[in-house]
Amino acid sequence: MNFDDTPEEAAYRATVRAWIAANAPDLSRLSPEERRNWHPAHKEVARQWQATKADAGYACLSWPKEQGGAGGSAIEEAIFNQEENRAGLQFTYFMTGLHMLLPALMEHNKDAASLARVPPAVRGEEIWCQLFSEPASGSDSAGVRCAAVKDGDEWVINGQKVWNSGAQIADYGMLVARTDPDVPKHKGLTVFWLDMKTPGVEVRPIRMMSGDNELNEVFLTDVRIPDSQRVGELGGGWKVIISTLMNERAALGSGTGLNWRDVMKLAGQVASWDGTALEDPAFREWLADLYVDAEAIRLLSFRTLTSLSKGAAPGPEGSAGKLLWSNLAQTLTDKALDVLDHAGLMDDPDEALLGGAFQHRFLWAPGLRLGGGTDEIMKNIIAERVLGLPGDVRVDKTVPFREIPNGR
Amino acid sequence: MNFDYTDDQKALKDEARRFLSAVSPLSVVRTALENPDAGYDRALWQRIGEQGWCGAAIPEEYGGIGMGHVELCALAEELGRAVAPVPFASTVYLFAEALLLGGSDAQKSELLPQVAMGALIGTLAVSEGPGVLVPDRVATRFAGGRLTGTKLPVTDGMAADRAVVLASSDEGPGLYLVDLTGAGVERRLVSTIDPTRGAAEIVFRDAPAEPLVGGLGLLAQVQDRAAVLLAFEQLGGADRCLEMARDYALERYAFGRPIGSYQAIKHKLADVFVRNEVARANAYYGAWALSTGAPELPLAAAAARVAGSGAYLLASRENIQTHGGIGFTWEADCHFFYRRARHLGLILGAPRDWKRRVADRLELKLALETAA
Repeated sequence: MNFDDTPEEAAYRATVRAWIAANAPDLSRLSPEERRNWHPAHKEVARQWQATKADAGYACLSWPKEQGGAGGSAIEEAIFNQEENRAGLQFTYFMTGLHMLLPALMEHNKDAASLARVPPAVRGEEIWCQLFSEPASGSDSAGVRCAAVKDGDEWVINGQKVWNSGAQIADYGMLVARTDPDVPKHKGLTVFWLDMKTPGVEVRPIRMMSGDNELNEVFLTDVRIPDSQRVGELGGGWKVIISTLMNERAALGSGTGLNWRDVMKLAGQVASWDGTALEDPAFREWLADLYVDAEAIRLLSFRTLTSLSKGAAPGPEGSAGKLLWSNLAQTLTDKALDVLDHAGLMDDPDEALLGGAFQHRFLWAPGLRLGGGTDEIMKNIIAERVLGLPGDVRVDKTVPFREIPNGR
Repeated sequence: MNFDYTDDQKALKDEARRFLSAVSPLSVVRTALENPDAGYDRALWQRIGEQGWCGAAIPEEYGGIGMGHVELCALAEELGRAVAPVPFASTVYLFAEALLLGGSDAQKSELLPQVAMGALIGTLAVSEGPGVLVPDRVATRFAGGRLTGTKLPVTDGMAADRAVVLASSDEGPGLYLVDLTGAGVERRLVSTIDPTRGAAEIVFRDAPAEPLVGGLGLLAQVQDRAAVLLAFEQLGGADRCLEMARDYALERYAFGRPIGSYQAIKHKLADVFVRNEVARANAYYGAWALSTGAPELPLAAAAARVAGSGAYLLASRENIQTHGGIGFTWEADCHFFYRRARHLGLILGAPRDWKRRVADRLELKLALETAA
């Protein structure tokens, strides 16, 4: 057990810290509104930063060089990510592709056409989205109804996907479809990748309760893709899904967004009964609880990293981090609005403290407990896969997919 | 001891529910949400005015029905359930109560009949920006019959004709009545997380103002009374969230079963139910204390507010969670309740303020018990 950098790691950290300081984009020239995720100006800064990193060999640090990475170690990559976060450079546009989907693509597909998609993604030139969830397949992620039917050397895909983060700006997608409804649900799934400009793909934005449009519905009508764009085995889709979802939870669990620093900054500016809210003993006690959880999230990500550096896949313990983080985000915004009191209601980025970030987060926070695996699914994973408790009695596991009750 | 509404009160409440489900379906809330400049629904406000609800607890001598505060609580519960986008709380629980308790006979005779018939919108303007309200430290000043300062945010500040404003003066801090349509008042809409309840920044520059009697004691009384009434709005909203979540849990299937058959969902909704019962128990006790003028009111009101704010926030949040992704969309109705829960929880001061009051009042209670 050692949380200190080794001399080599410390030297590496100093190098990347200096490099980031010299090359980081200046986010302060963006308005508070432009600084929000998915704003075109924010996305453009992110794209340029990704290209700058790729040129300097800091993008996808631990990937092999021939795939656009830098051939570095997982520890180096983690150190770079930490320094990037420290500098306030948290961009999510490329996460789906680089952390979840492309590792699966590289693992299963060795053909030139598939591998050619990797380098542009590493440079931030091509964005990927995940096309897994469906209206009747959310937590029940093997309940996919979107159908892929073989026609010669092609697949014809029909169905609807939903909650597709970034699909409105994505160039490519990875999709799971049902290729056999006559076998039990987990056995009849197959994964494909596709160009989002393929005829028959229609992206419709979903307006979320916060008013933002990050998520989408994707309708697929007679979409034809070659069998060479199949990812993994025919009927082997569940395995691919599980590995991408584990990657997602490990990434989400590392805890992005507003944190204890932000709420301290806020509380330090807000008057309370005596002095600022930061001086209020009740606030300080709450802050301590918050910090303990927030720090655990950060440290748990090190543990994930330790197992990664030993060549293991991210395990179910990532679920604890995800669960902690999404609930912490909710606690944090609640407290911030409480501290602001009446003015906690005001959400105009130009008049609210910290650009209204906490008010915006308040309307986002419920989504964090849903996206990337709900609280309930995370708890089931912890109970069943970590603690070894028996699973629920299942009525849907052994019967052919088309016979599963669906309430209609 | 009768820890429930009387049959007459139940009949009033049922009637109110029927009326509101006809004139204030959730589509009315959606329209208000999508038209934030309006601040409230005028047609609905007019219908509610015609029912005489604004005068439910105003004595007949001032043009009200004089039913009493338990009846007003019953109406509040139904208005909360409907997430009604109207300036009822500002006008009735805050403005009218302040006038009733601290107004001169002339002020009451002039304004309360208009309130009772729904012809006048009023509000209470206390906050001056970020942070807890410390009433004896407000910057707004009253001197020589004129008031100067800035209030932000003021719920229904754009819609209101009159406001009761917290200000300091040579005689100490107190409440002042100001005509918002008169000279020396400038106001602008401010955006909030619940646009169905419009808010404003109001700037007073030598605005003519009349003092109400009672100083900060009056403010505390008004806040305590409003805390009880708002606790009923919170309770109504929280109950409806639980019903929505239960209905969805029965209808939505995952893994071949209704999600309501999973203990993860059952226990979540049972937890919400328990918090709602805690809110209900404290709200009813508050209603009794309010309607009888019991000395228990300050503690009962603070407890009702703490329980109500917590229950509504939890219920509105877990309603979204139970609905899953669809509950997080603009298209679903769940966020109306989540926004309103936060609105109601902040407009009279945040929970941390009221928790402090609970502790202060408990100390007082203990001291009195020891002395006796």
